[in-house]
Amino acid sequence: MSTTVLVLVDHEGARVHPTATELLTLARSLADDVRAVWIDEGPTGPDAAARELLGRFGASGVVPVQVTGADPHLTATVVDGLRAVLGAVPASLLLLGSTFEDREVAARLAVLTGGGVVTGATTVVRDGDGRFVAGKEVLAGSWSSRCAITGDLAVVTVKPHSTQAVPVDAPVAAVAAEPVVVEASAAARAVTVVERAPRPASDRPSLADAEVVVVGGRGTNGDFAPLEELADVLGGAVGATRVATDEGWIGHEAQVGQTGVTISPRLYVGAGVSGAVHHRGGMDAAVTVVAVNEDPDAPIFEFADYGIVGDLTEVVPALTQELRRRREARAGS
Amino acid sequence: MRVVVCVKHVPDIQSERRFRADGLLERGGDDDTLNELDEDALEAGLRLVEAHPPAEGDDPHDVVVLTVGPAAAVDALRRGLAMGATTAVHVLDAGVEGSDALATARVLGAAVAALHAESPVDVVVAGMAGLDGLTSLVPAALAAVLDWPQLTLADRIDVDPAARTVEVRRETSTAVETLTAPLPVVVSVTDQAFRARFPAFTGILAARKAPVRVLDLAALGLDPATVGLQGSTTRVLETSERPERPDRVLVTDDGSAALALADYLAQKGFA
Repeated sequence: MSTTVLVLVDHEGARVHPTATELLTLARSLADDVRAVWIDEGPTGPDAAARELLGRFGASGVVPVQVTGADPHLTATVVDGLRAVLGAVPASLLLLGSTFEDREVAARLAVLTGGGVVTGATTVVRDGDGRFVAGKEVLAGSWSSRCAITGDLAVVTVKPHSTQAVPVDAPVAAVAAEPVVVEASAAARAVTVVERAPRPASDRPSLADAEVVVVGGRGTNGDFAPLEELADVLGGAVGATRVATDEGWIGHEAQVGQTGVTISPRLYVGAGVSGAVHHRGGMDAAVTVVAVNEDPDAPIFEFADYGIVGDLTEVVPALTQELRRRREARAGS
Repeated sequence: MRVVVCVKHVPDIQSERRFRADGLLERGGDDDTLNELDEDALEAGLRLVEAHPPAEGDDPHDVVVLTVGPAAAVDALRRGLAMGATTAVHVLDAGVEGSDALATARVLGAAVAALHAESPVDVVVAGMAGLDGLTSLVPAALAAVLDWPQLTLADRIDVDPAARTVEVRRETSTAVETLTAPLPVVVSVTDQAFRARFPAFTGILAARKAPVRVLDLAALGLDPATVGLQGSTTRVLETSERPERPDRVLVTDDGSAALALADYLAQKGFA
């Protein structure tokens, strides 16, 4: 029996969020039929460039969805759209990102469809019985678990960078299906958006998606400038511990931790970060962990791949300078 | 006004947390405690009723602290009572064990519905996550079970009792929003804005003796097949303690550490 996997595409206007390419890559390892779901204010779906991108990473089709009569960003609205898609395209798995908003969509959708949810997965495979099995890090990275989904629909929220996006061999632009237009449910219409102020755009990659994240903690004493320079030379984002955001050294939106942003970068650099369990819960899926801290007993050294006991005000600028020197030497050669 | 605050008793995150052989988290240890993110939910619930003293002749406010869990979870309820909750409800039934997040939401939903039938509930408040599973699924799932509007991850909540609406401010990953919905609603709160009060000593003493209402699945009219392990749509196959990261390097900076780190990053493909 053929299997259809849906990928909920996160996008801002026409711009596709990079997680979509990772989710599509993962989806095609699980099924031949991979459909991208594009929920928007209108029924026209993605433009040609976005369809080309979605096709390049394995979407065989894209389903444009418009939910009328409610704000398109609300959880209930997104779920209305997904349920309508499932009515038209029977699927056994939905993959989506792992932000708080994604997890709420997963929860609501699964309750209303009899599905099962795993959040924050780093792997998804199919077992011999045809069930989807998701693997994840748990208990602040000290344990890992594998969980089978037994519901009618498997819904898995996947951490960024857990799959490397790989294009298909012979890419074809994803064909847009007939738009699914559905009226919002009473639950979606019940919530009114009084005001929405989008966050200002930054030149740096967003914290949740960045491949490299430089995080500052108490040990920075509030000076994030050297961390920002390091992040820029590595093409990464800057994050912070709860202490640093509570001190007002950097905005709350930069907080990495179990109650802040969950990150899963390929490279994590902690500067003056102790590595308390609250913080670790938000970065336990980081691939390579580097730590610089004056305190040799800091818990972060128990799980850092590369630890330096030292003064971050010396090590971090020296590292930035060296990386810059190497880059310039390469550019000059 | 009647507010229900959902709380969970969880293993202390600073303790040595483990899974049992059957894949369930080991619970009931001496270190188990009220999930600290639920203290913020309790604080938010208490502030809601305190902002609107009942008019003369009106019923007094009721802040219900509600939990689903084994016998030891009563400690979380007592903490809620000590902080100022007026009623404690414990859904206690062997059939609940093994419930995943969605099955737990079904149990909570049945309990809220039962309370609502006795005397209308205006707001359900939940914390942003349980520090054990960290899924953040339950508030949205509970709203879906109850078919009430959800206003999640709030850092400000204002109820307008006359208009019977609630307005929240929240920060999503992309925007700062103000949302409003008619009562009754399910609200979840972040850990940013509702720093929990410390219970007064008299409150702690009174909470020890306060009655706790215990409900089982039969009292809630829940079919045992819809909760617990058999009612869950996920099944833990395997849990394992993660091995230490191999080949870890720890150096003390003698002035050359930055260069060595640059080499390491180059070798990993980052430089």
